[in-house]
Amino acid sequence: MKRNWTRILVVALVAMGLMTGLTFPAFAAPAQKNLILATTTSTQDSGLLDVLIPIFEKKTGYFVKTIAVGSGQAMAMGQKGEADVLLVHSPAAEKKFIADGFGIDRLIVMHNDFIIVGPPSDPAGVKGMKSAPEAVRQIAAKGALFLSRGDNSGTHAKEKDLWKKAGVNPEGQKFYQQTGLGMGQTLNVAAEKKGYTLADRGTYLSLKKNLGMDILVEGDKTLLNIYHVIVVNPEKFPKVNAPAARAYADFVVSKDVQALIGKFGVDKYGSPLFFPDAGKPDND
Amino acid sequence: MELILEGIKKAIWLLVTFDPEVLGITWLSLKVSGLATFFSLFIGISLGTVVALARFPGRRLVVSLINTGMGVPPVVVGLFVTIFLWRNGPLGFFELLYTPTAIILAQAVIATPIVAGISLASIQKLPEALRLQILALGATRVQMVWMLIREARLPLLAAVMAGFGGVISEVGASIMVGGNIKGYTRVLTTATVMETGKGNFDIAIALGVILLIFTFCINAILTGIQQRERPR
Repeated sequence: MKRNWTRILVVALVAMGLMTGLTFPAFAAPAQKNLILATTTSTQDSGLLDVLIPIFEKKTGYFVKTIAVGSGQAMAMGQKGEADVLLVHSPAAEKKFIADGFGIDRLIVMHNDFIIVGPPSDPAGVKGMKSAPEAVRQIAAKGALFLSRGDNSGTHAKEKDLWKKAGVNPEGQKFYQQTGLGMGQTLNVAAEKKGYTLADRGTYLSLKKNLGMDILVEGDKTLLNIYHVIVVNPEKFPKVNAPAARAYADFVVSKDVQALIGKFGVDKYGSPLFFPDAGKPDND
Repeated sequence: MELILEGIKKAIWLLVTFDPEVLGITWLSLKVSGLATFFSLFIGISLGTVVALARFPGRRLVVSLINTGMGVPPVVVGLFVTIFLWRNGPLGFFELLYTPTAIILAQAVIATPIVAGISLASIQKLPEALRLQILALGATRVQMVWMLIREARLPLLAAVMAGFGGVISEVGASIMVGGNIKGYTRVLTTATVMETGKGNFDIAIALGVILLIFTFCINAILTGIQQRERPR
């Protein structure tokens, strides 16, 4: 009996050891095959990347490692040379990223829009307002709860921009709370607490059924949400896989893929989640 | 409540229909956490035994460090492992970040102090006289240590369970060093986080239920081995 116990354990351990060697082909994979794509959570959470990445991998033979984080973190990865290509939506920060020499070839890919969502009872009475900065100013004036991402994401950058345009500094005020979470989780927190928040339309649409929150402000020009693809500068970081990064950038702005982006989500939500923009004049 | 029932139904459905993606994620979870536990057993039991039996200056400090290590948040381990594995970091030339190997590494770091701490306590609890008696019967030092480990095997199996339970349920380090890449480094916990973020609560609950089912089965097997010998 005693012997048995040891034997079972030894056999199990040896079997597990063998499994490592046999089942991780990645040990031998050539490094140049890997492409690290740092992107925002909205592209992953909406399911868009699940459609695009397999096509790219099949076409080019590269293996894409998608790291879905906020735009701020994605650019921080780029600044350390820890990503090859970025798909982000934080124009002001992107321009600084390019100006500082961390990235090259910044191309416009697509857009959708941000919306201000809140409880249907709308305690601050912002429903239907045409100006987003005015709406947030009114939310602040009424002291109605506003949930911020607070995570340096593209959405958070846009939200800070709105406060600036409204001439309100919400930091440290009682009505203003920061979740530090992704868009989906922040929407859930806002729904639970009956607060307002700024969200991208795609994430809101995909979560809508469980939320019980309404779109209150939309359509303002300042609420445009533009996505760019950026190749991380290989001259600054020799380990960056520049050929793969370029191939990916070319891929997302190609005609076929742009058409795919324009159709994505129509079957599920009745309208597209993203609108293709490649080749259009880019003011941002 | 309805949502939870819905999730449990979904879990069963995903399992009985052998959903290839869920099976892949489950298999990767078990493999990664199993291997991480396996490596942590070697280092943890060795470390625990040495510290339990040896007397040296600063021993108390080492014991305190091991005990603190048992409670280190996985996300802190994940952060440090990430910094080391960055391609411009000290271990960057291995190209390990965002691979299953990176998750195994991080989880082994998390599990090792747990295994070491429990080993330490269980070996130390053995009566001093036993050690002397084994040596008196003519055993070599290596044989003596082996006998002691065998003698402490019941609590040591508890160490295996605690270590495995700690890493298979861990999410912070896995998502940081693995990146939650579909079909490659996506494990049950990171997939649960992602599906929650997507608002697919039923799938998130289903993944949670699958995780519970498998950890229960593994713990039941280990407990079976542990308790079998009791009435000697």
